[in-house]
Order: sequence, then C-alpha cells, then structure tokens
Amino acid sequence: MSAGKSATPLGKVRGLGPAGHGGGHWIEERFTSVVLILLSLWLVFSLMMLPTFDRETLVEWLRAPAAAVPMALFVVAVFAHALDGMKVVVDDYVHAEGNRIATQYVLKMAAIAGASLCLFALAKIAFGAVAA
Amino acid sequence: MTAPTSRPLSPHLSIWKWGPHMLVSILHRVTGSALTLAGLALLTWWLLAIASGAPAYEQFVAAITYEVLNIPIGIVVLIGLTWAFWQHSFSGLRHLFLDMGAGYELKTNRFFAVMTIVAALFATALTWFLLMGVNR
Repeated sequence: MSAGKSATPLGKVRGLGPAGHGGGHWIEERFTSVVLILLSLWLVFSLMMLPTFDRETLVEWLRAPAAAVPMALFVVAVFAHALDGMKVVVDDYVHAEGNRIATQYVLKMAAIAGASLCLFALAKIAFGAVAA
Repeated sequence: MTAPTSRPLSPHLSIWKWGPHMLVSILHRVTGSALTLAGLALLTWWLLAIASGAPAYEQFVAAITYEVLNIPIGIVVLIGLTWAFWQHSFSGLRHLFLDMGAGYELKTNRFFAVMTIVAALFATALTWFLLMGVNR
C-alpha cells in the first residue's frame, strides 16, 4: 500500500492494517493461565507430599531452591493472571470512565504490592534469614 | 452513555433459559474473583507469617482454626477456595479448548460444562481427603 507525499493524513492511515498487538492482553491472559496449570499442580502436589504443615517443615521445604524457585514463579504468574482477569471484570462492570481507570490503578498497585510482599517473604526464607 | 429508549434492546440475562454452560461461565468469573480477593490475601499472609517467625505463624494458624459455634471458619473458607481453584482450573481448561474453536457443538459443549462441575467437586473432595492424611 503506497501513500505518497501528497496523501492526506486519512489516506496515509487507511489500509495500513492493524498494529498487530490489539489482542495482546487476551494472549497474555492465556499465557499466564497455561503457566499456572503447571505451577499450581506443582504447588498442590508439593503441599500433599509434606509430612505436616508446621512452620519448621514449611521453612525447610521453601529453603530448597527446588521449591523456592517454582514458588517465586508461581507468585509472579498468579498475581499477573489475577490482575489480567480482574481487569476484564472491571472493564465489563465499571462503566464510568473515571471510576474504571481509578479501579484499574488500585488493582494494579495491589497486585504489585502483594507480589512484592510474597517475593520478599520467599527471599527471606530461602536465603536463610529465618530461624526454622 | 444514555441509550435512546425508543430503540429495541438486545435480550438480556433474564430472558434466557439457564443451562450448564451459562452457570459455568459465571462461575469462572466468581471463582476467579474469589481466588484473587481471598486466595491471594491468604497466600500473602501465609508466606509473610512463615518468614516472620514462630509467633506470627501461630497467629495465622490460630486465625485459620478459629471456631465460631464449633465451626472452624478459616477451614471452611479454605475448602471453598479449594473448590474455587478446581472449578476455575477445569473451566479455564475448557476455555482454552473453546479458544481453539473446538467444542461448540450443543451436546459436546453441554457435556464438558457439566464435567467441569463434576470434576471440581470430585477434586475438592479428593484434595481434602489427602490433606487430612498429611496432618494426622
């Protein structure tokens, strides 16, 4: 499609096609869901394999890289997926634009804060700054 | 956003006969929202309690096992979240297949909608049956 020098702004834009990332959020939501199939099954089976749920057992479990790393990945994926999903819910049910943007901001801040708290806790446990 | 009232509106929720696919669709949203608001709050509290030390973890356990009229409310919430997790997982899996354009034939669609509900209830029961074994 050629839009020469003399083309109007509309003529320049028309027919250039989509930018190709209109479905970005939708794709991202599916990606985190597929990742979570793997990580959440890992989490469920890991919890079932533990002999007890007392604190010493949990600290010992989360100290090992084989648990700390997938748990950190789970935290990142689950907060990202939760935010993806809540965004769609808010888009559907909060109609006034100002309220919608404000709600999205609050959700995004809460997701980042929650994920940061979880990762901090995990790092503290994994790097041995916690008495078992 | 004011809709001109003289024009016909598309039929809304109340006019349709309920089917399993509609139930599963709204359950996907409800369970996803519950897992976000209650599930992630509990996950964050749990990890912070483990990292903070024995007293904090005891406080967490005490809150989860706190009984109102002999019913441990926290455990009931955890069982509810376990069901929400399995329901959301199975209907999410169904959505991934629908996204590929498969499973829209009426009988197939209905069958897998019902199956997500059956599978989620079964998986919840199995999960707690096995968890009881852990904390014997």
